[in-house]
Amino acid sequence: MNLLIKGGRLIDPSQGIDEIRDILIADGVVLELGLGLAAPEGTQTIDAGGLIVTPGLIDMHVHLRDPGLEYKEDLATGSRAAAAGGFTSVACMPNTSPVIDNKAVTSYILNKARSEAVVNVFPIGSITKGGKGESLSEMGELKEAGCVAVSDDGKPVTNGELMRRALEYAKGVGIAVISHSEELSLVGDGVMNEGFVATELGLKGIPWAAEDVAVAREVYLAEFTGAPVHIAHISTAGSARIIRNAKARGVKVTCETAPHYFTLTDEALLGYNTNAKMNPPLRAASDVAAMKAGLADGTIDAIATDHAPHHADEKDVEFNLALNGIVGLETSLPLSLKLVTDGVLDLKALVSLMSCNPAKILGLERGTLKPGAVADVTVIDPQKEWQVTAEKLESKSKNSPFLGWQMKGAAAYTIVKGQVVHKAL
Amino acid sequence: MGFRHKDIIALKDLSKEDIELLLNTADSLDEINRRDIKKVPTLRGKTVVNLFYEASTRTRTSFEIAAKRLSADTINITASTSSVTKGETLLDTAQNVLAMKPDIIVMRHAVSGAHEYLSTRVSCSVINAGDGAHEHPSQGLLDMLTMRQKFGTLSGLKVAIVGDITHSRVARSNIYGLTTMGSQVFLAGPPTMMPIGVERLGNVTVCKDMREAVHQADVVMMLRIQLERQGKTLLPSMREYSRYFGLNPEVLSLAKKDAMVMHPGPINRGVELSSAVADGSQSFILKQVENGVAIRMAMLYHVCGGEPVEG
Repeated sequence: MNLLIKGGRLIDPSQGIDEIRDILIADGVVLELGLGLAAPEGTQTIDAGGLIVTPGLIDMHVHLRDPGLEYKEDLATGSRAAAAGGFTSVACMPNTSPVIDNKAVTSYILNKARSEAVVNVFPIGSITKGGKGESLSEMGELKEAGCVAVSDDGKPVTNGELMRRALEYAKGVGIAVISHSEELSLVGDGVMNEGFVATELGLKGIPWAAEDVAVAREVYLAEFTGAPVHIAHISTAGSARIIRNAKARGVKVTCETAPHYFTLTDEALLGYNTNAKMNPPLRAASDVAAMKAGLADGTIDAIATDHAPHHADEKDVEFNLALNGIVGLETSLPLSLKLVTDGVLDLKALVSLMSCNPAKILGLERGTLKPGAVADVTVIDPQKEWQVTAEKLESKSKNSPFLGWQMKGAAAYTIVKGQVVHKAL
Repeated sequence: MGFRHKDIIALKDLSKEDIELLLNTADSLDEINRRDIKKVPTLRGKTVVNLFYEASTRTRTSFEIAAKRLSADTINITASTSSVTKGETLLDTAQNVLAMKPDIIVMRHAVSGAHEYLSTRVSCSVINAGDGAHEHPSQGLLDMLTMRQKFGTLSGLKVAIVGDITHSRVARSNIYGLTTMGSQVFLAGPPTMMPIGVERLGNVTVCKDMREAVHQADVVMMLRIQLERQGKTLLPSMREYSRYFGLNPEVLSLAKKDAMVMHPGPINRGVELSSAVADGSQSFILKQVENGVAIRMAMLYHVCGGEPVEG
């Protein structure tokens, strides 16, 4: 089945294109880009006039909770949420049950994804066996089985020597290492950002230094070993500064931030809103500004959601007992588009952050619509206005701090390997 | 003007008129506590559930006596905080209690914000008997009642609060209440126990040491220091704490001549308070406990819709 996307504004930083272009797709592959392309017989045509066409968006940091925690999310619902949010690919973190630390679990996910997921699912294996932080997982086998990175996300690798060896070993294997950077002794039993709001609410704070100290360790380990490291979900001005300085002297460090860190401050927790509780915590206005500056100047390489579904019962409790994390797949695109509206970024930079760069960091043959490339395409309606409601979310869980928000911008079509997997009503 | 709140969760939420009404009512109801027969029928037929997730002697007893003196029926439920994580959730417990149609739940809970959470999910009144490090409104009110009885007004009073401000719900309630009533609050404590931005909570000055806070104060309020709760990283020792943040007659002499010494109890003799001060003529610690009954009677009375009473 062929597909022709007609008359859209194609933004593809991998080819330096920002022009009206038709895209002809055949057998799941981009066949031709051009103007006034004719549709061969049997071709489905999408009128993309007034819409933006980009290489399929990639969320390099999601929790799909499958296997083991399917009451929160599974590959089917999580991938539908991704498609609805305009993502054609997601990379899922290994803190499942069991942990993705061997070929069997990796294969389980890939097999199940083939039959149930509507988008590409790329598993991330754990850095350490069982995610326990004690010994290295079999990264070679994980890579062969289909893992695109390793991470102990959810917690840091506290042992500095082990992290050093992980970076060295992973470099040999040729697999990306994603660090959840957090100095646990400074986090203690903190439940939110340490600052005035925590003082007001009487909640135990987590200082920004808990993140910065850990990011600094990873940067120096990367510098020392010469191995690349990717820092997950940075949230502080200090992290951005450390990474900016490291990049300037040639350290192979990349990083991501999440839409909530450039959109919300810790004031979202007033009223003890457990849907604004996550780790790292929402920070101060100066950190939000630093995230925007970091996105604008290229310090931050990727926007990733850290999509973390939790059951309502796990959030409908006293604040300290509520689990960390929020769903993000379906609100990421409009929140990120707002950066463009607000003049922080241009669309080309946004597509790099949400597609090209994540593909590069994970080594995926994605993030481009060059002829011959896999036809993963996102067609964006930047004008579409809609309200976030629990009913509208495809995710099995509804733990979003953006419920009730008015959004502008949505995926009109999400196309995976030439197949339309999501079409806005 | 009557009291319009269904719940009393935080002094931050109460206006000057609200606080004055509660203090006035407490002054009026206090007369009952001096009678031979200490009981009036005001809340007859009302049911008050004391739901305590944290140990408490003073506050729970005080609420229970207050309810009984107003002829309400009271029951006490003591739940251990540890069961919260594995056993029945707070919401389920509250809904079960609610099914038995209480009028007021008086709750103490270790988690800040637990009352705000609960109050949006139950139809009866919720009174906060202390939540985490957030607020302890009945303590703040009884402290203000005690100060007002002595000085006639709260306006312009200089109140020093000394100790672990970070973990103190008593400090927060006093800061909010006293600021609303026109007092000035001066804080002193180890830097490890002084939370970020505390000066923005109200009319608050953070002092560099205890002497500066106590200087010319009308009220010196000492907070209980709990090494076991606050962990080993915040202080070198009780001994050193006492040396710099303990109230003894010499430090107290820096305050105004008729300054009041207050403490929410239980006191650590020889740590934050020397016995000479705790038992001295300027100590109002037992008066605070006495006033606790009257203020809690006023709180129960007004959340039940009681009209202002004539003094």
